[in-house]
Amino acid sequence: MTATRSSRWLIGTGLALLCAVWIYPFLWLVSGSLKTNPEIFGKGLNLLPEAPVWENYSRAWSEVGFSSYMLNTVLITLGTVALVIMRSALAGYVLGRYDFVGKKVLIGVFLVTFFLPEGYTIIPVTQLTDQLGLLNSHLGVVLGLGAGGHAAATLLYAGFFRTIPKDLEESARMDGAGPLTVFFRIMLPLAKPITVSVFILQFLAAWNAYLLPLVFTLSHPELRTLAVGMSAFVGENDTDWAGMAAAAVLSLAPVVAVFVVLQRQFVESLAGAVKQ
Amino acid sequence: MTVTTEAPVRQKAPAPAPKRRTVWRRMRDDWWIYLFLLPTVVGYGLYTVYPLVASWWYAFLDWPGFADVGTFIGFANFELLWADDLFWNSFRNSLVFLAIAVPLRVGLALLLAIVLNRRSTPFRGLFRTLLFLPVVTTGAIVGVVFTLILDAGGPVNLALVKSALVDSPVDFLGSSGMSLYSVIGVWVWKWLGITLIYWLAALQTIPNELYEAARIDGAGNWKEFRYVTLPLLLPFLVVITLIDMVGALNVFDLVMTLTGGGPAFSSEVVEVYIYRTAFGATVPQLGYASAAAVLFGLLTMALAIAQALGIRAARRAMA
Repeated sequence: MTATRSSRWLIGTGLALLCAVWIYPFLWLVSGSLKTNPEIFGKGLNLLPEAPVWENYSRAWSEVGFSSYMLNTVLITLGTVALVIMRSALAGYVLGRYDFVGKKVLIGVFLVTFFLPEGYTIIPVTQLTDQLGLLNSHLGVVLGLGAGGHAAATLLYAGFFRTIPKDLEESARMDGAGPLTVFFRIMLPLAKPITVSVFILQFLAAWNAYLLPLVFTLSHPELRTLAVGMSAFVGENDTDWAGMAAAAVLSLAPVVAVFVVLQRQFVESLAGAVKQ
Repeated sequence: MTVTTEAPVRQKAPAPAPKRRTVWRRMRDDWWIYLFLLPTVVGYGLYTVYPLVASWWYAFLDWPGFADVGTFIGFANFELLWADDLFWNSFRNSLVFLAIAVPLRVGLALLLAIVLNRRSTPFRGLFRTLLFLPVVTTGAIVGVVFTLILDAGGPVNLALVKSALVDSPVDFLGSSGMSLYSVIGVWVWKWLGITLIYWLAALQTIPNELYEAARIDGAGNWKEFRYVTLPLLLPFLVVITLIDMVGALNVFDLVMTLTGGGPAFSSEVVEVYIYRTAFGATVPQLGYASAAAVLFGLLTMALAIAQALGIRAARRAMA
């Protein structure tokens, strides 16, 4: 009994130490964002600032242009998430429940392109967006991030809709409801757990995207997202460490907040994906 | 994220079809199905399938950026690429990245998952959450933050010097011998949490009765792991490794912000090479960069096929 109890504490302490090291970068970042510039590197390992310097945040917000980066990121993320949910729910519904000409081909295409790395498609995608006249616009980035790819989301919906009994929509059809009504009134609300999963995964992917927004906004700095703007800030201004730390905290905060609020669903949706 | 693509359960046997409809008839009756598929087919066609095909076409063009079109030059890009030391350097870096970072991430995550899966471990949920936190953060921003943390005057070096583990600060990102490995370290730190969740999900599929049976048969911790856990985890190992390998080929954000591929190209992976050639150079070479992308794509495809075969073999071994 004592042996197991002490081993319990040993494991607990070990894990606690590991976790402390693990999140240390974030603690350091938050503390740095409240220090003065000389204090960040001068004060050694001390995490507590002498007196919190809140001006770092106002400076990051106004001078760096973070408010516009933030707005761009929010618009692009929400647009991408909405686009992916809409198109994968619609496609997943018919893929999961109906047989139709061309179904096998469609699934085959999904499989072949499932793991296509972004670096492989970036050049043609940029050319295409340019030809559509959408380069350097929010819509261009949204389409670039959300119109293709994400076969996993479609297959998640298909897997879910396959499990729903047929009589449900048949009786609705009897009452004269068209396919769109059935889908929006009955099927989509039923799929809420999948929608939550897809929302979470897409939110994360779009908010954190870097390569595509970087390339698309190369000649239009005012359209930069947080991820792109932040790294540009470093290039243009490599002495204001405190301002940079504050800017980093500001750009990480929303995604961390979403994680904290939706934590349980987060973990479940990931776990569900691998169990399939 | 295995892809389950068995066709939906076929309740009706194909033989006694009530009324045979021609293909055209069926397509006309099912018009609304195609309406539902329209956004996906158009979007996927333009933004995934077309780029896949177009890359191959671009690879045969001499296409200096900003020109409207390229000129066909046959295999010249591939010939140049073949002799391009910097391309092979980035290719090698990508492979080194894969070979070191993926086993590290998969292995460490499994170890932690086994500890966190034990009922006796205290604060399991809290530890899991903390280890997962870096996953949700923005790679590009994490990269920037780590340039400070790994700086000669940053906290890591301060701790190392103070504890007398090293005499002078380690140049993690600025020395060509260290840069790639530092990026690997940050990458493993950032993404370990998600692999941990995968492993925990995998461990939870193992029924408790199996462990109880093993206990009754007198198996210790190690034997239990070796003869119960490990064989049942094998199929998951293949899937999780595949997911992590694809992740290891998408490291543009971290490499770009941590080292920019330097110093002296020592941490330049293929993605960064493509970006530099296509968008970052003074004279962008779209055709040449596409040729590099095509070779890179072939590599990933080969990996995916090898994995698919691996999954099949593992499933057979299980059956």
